[in-house]
Amino acid sequence: MDIRVNNSTCTGCGLCRSACLYDAIEIKDTKAVINDSCVFCGACIDACKYGSIDITGQAEEKDFSDYSGVLVYIETHGRIIADVGLELVSKGRKLADDLGVTLSAAAIGSGIAENAEIVFAYGADQLYLADDPVFENNIDDIYSKVLVQIIGRHKPEIVLAGATAFGRTLIPKAAAILKTGLTADCTGLAIDSQKKILLQTRPTFGGNILATIITRNARPQMATVRPHVMEKEKINDIPSDIKDRVARIEIDSKKFKSRYKLLGTETEKGEKINITDYDVIVSGGRGMGGGERFELLRELARALGGVVGASRAAVDSGWISYPHQVGQTGKTVNPKIYIACGISGAIQHLAGMQTSDMIIAVNRDADAPIFRVANYGLVGDLFQIVPMLIKRIKEGKPLVPGKS
Amino acid sequence: MIRIKIAVCIKQVPGTTEIKIDPETNTLVRQGIENIINPFDTYAVEEAVSLKERLDADESFEEEVEVVAVSMGPPQAEEILKEAISVGADKAVLLSDRAFAGADTWATAATISLALEKLGDVKLAVFGKQTLDGDTGQVGPELAHRMNMPFVGYVSAVEEISGNSIKVKKLAEENYEIVQVRLPAAISVLKDINSPRVPSLRGKMKAKKEEIPLWTAKELKADPDEVGLAGSYTQVVKIFTPEMVHDVKMIEGSPEEMVEELFGKLKELNIV
Repeated sequence: MDIRVNNSTCTGCGLCRSACLYDAIEIKDTKAVINDSCVFCGACIDACKYGSIDITGQAEEKDFSDYSGVLVYIETHGRIIADVGLELVSKGRKLADDLGVTLSAAAIGSGIAENAEIVFAYGADQLYLADDPVFENNIDDIYSKVLVQIIGRHKPEIVLAGATAFGRTLIPKAAAILKTGLTADCTGLAIDSQKKILLQTRPTFGGNILATIITRNARPQMATVRPHVMEKEKINDIPSDIKDRVARIEIDSKKFKSRYKLLGTETEKGEKINITDYDVIVSGGRGMGGGERFELLRELARALGGVVGASRAAVDSGWISYPHQVGQTGKTVNPKIYIACGISGAIQHLAGMQTSDMIIAVNRDADAPIFRVANYGLVGDLFQIVPMLIKRIKEGKPLVPGKS
Repeated sequence: MIRIKIAVCIKQVPGTTEIKIDPETNTLVRQGIENIINPFDTYAVEEAVSLKERLDADESFEEEVEVVAVSMGPPQAEEILKEAISVGADKAVLLSDRAFAGADTWATAATISLALEKLGDVKLAVFGKQTLDGDTGQVGPELAHRMNMPFVGYVSAVEEISGNSIKVKKLAEENYEIVQVRLPAAISVLKDINSPRVPSLRGKMKAKKEEIPLWTAKELKADPDEVGLAGSYTQVVKIFTPEMVHDVKMIEGSPEEMVEELFGKLKELNIV
């Protein structure tokens, strides 16, 4: 494959250079010259007014007509079905309807058979169930074997999975075994109505720019999505007659030897680690000014039944540990209430929390970008406002006479 | 003496996540953006160097350990390899060829795995958690699969390393797991694993003098259909700026008045 500039029509106007995200175009002697940074995204072709740029040697379209249906991987933690799987079943239902195909779910774990039936309440047509003691712990090499087996047998055209710490190790491995493409951390999934292919949209360059990606020349089209990005939507109760919609996978445990030895687990002391489970998140940023000051936010979080989050700046400064980080490089959250204290609102932070139901921002700087995504903004000193709010909640005494 | 290698795989990225598209012209604002080593990769380099130091200090371990920094990218990516040498990498190699352009994570993993095979004796490949620009974290696990090695992601501490196995603490969904795998293996590391050192004067001198070999598709004996865009299964078809919603209500007044109004809102939501 190659990209070429037609020198007889190129005027060196530079429109293509401005359109290029990758610094791949230079103007030399009034002609555009494309260098090694080019990723063939085609932005320059769209930008050129003179039709002077062309990608040549596109590989031929392959025939994928034997691939059909949407499959969602259902992640389990012990016997618990992780929400992200159900969120993707809801999304997968829409994609399957757009394509007019079936939606199946693949659940892998130990002692999960009963809990996994919940997928039928969210719209799955079928469930592939690998329920065996060999899957006691989430270990990617043995999970990938059975997942690949299910995908290989049933040939879905689309596979969706959660971009959790486990999913982001398991799914690349499965995609590598299947020799197909994988798009990480999608925030948008849609079907191209003409080509019947999956359009996978994800943030790039830290969230400022969205890129739409397709899987060419390989199937299935695989994508991961972070927890809480899609909405789960229960559409009915679990039907009583699901028996023939559940296909159990026979497991020969001798074939599932892992190369990993799990020696134990450790939990972070005193603090909840999975901040995405909470309805209220109280986050602190650079404006906190120190680790010990997070105690104030912990107190507010406790009073509201929530948990403490943080911006990358606060984590990088060592004020709080990484599992608390919200943003493009931390967790994506969408609690009912997100209270941002002393967080300016760098785009990479906003990418991780802007879908929260309600965002309350407290910042000294009225121009801070956080106010662009907030529902309610308070300009002021958080060290004055937060203690006052804690006191108001705990003591129940109005601060302003005649109000509330 | 037997020599083993720790490969640390790094990437050059734009030194900002604040790249913007000008809404008027729909073109990219690129003033003042320079390229840097992917910040997550600085922890990978530090970990590779400190693991070498640990093994060197271990008297029961006789092999000589060499840290090799590997990067795929345009010729100017040489800068970040020199940076890796300045903080303790023994040598570096740059994988650069027009044929590698347009690679997705799979084709990138293909190219880097060819390089690690060419280096030979790689016992451990160390990656940063993810890159600042692409953010996928997929190259590590994909490379490990291609090279038939186990991969352990999100490592926050290396508890033990010997000539044939590594024991690490890794972040899982709700806790940390202690996992042991045999070498050769690949790992990706979190930021809390270490504090990257600053270059020493000697390191800087070495980096300045070091000639960094450039391996092209020919040197790697790469199949043209396996690398670059031709070897990629995914392709970007469109780029655009996300829309931002803007309907903030500013709560004003004295601190007492603000807090009282905010408390009222929380009450409406049945939070308090």
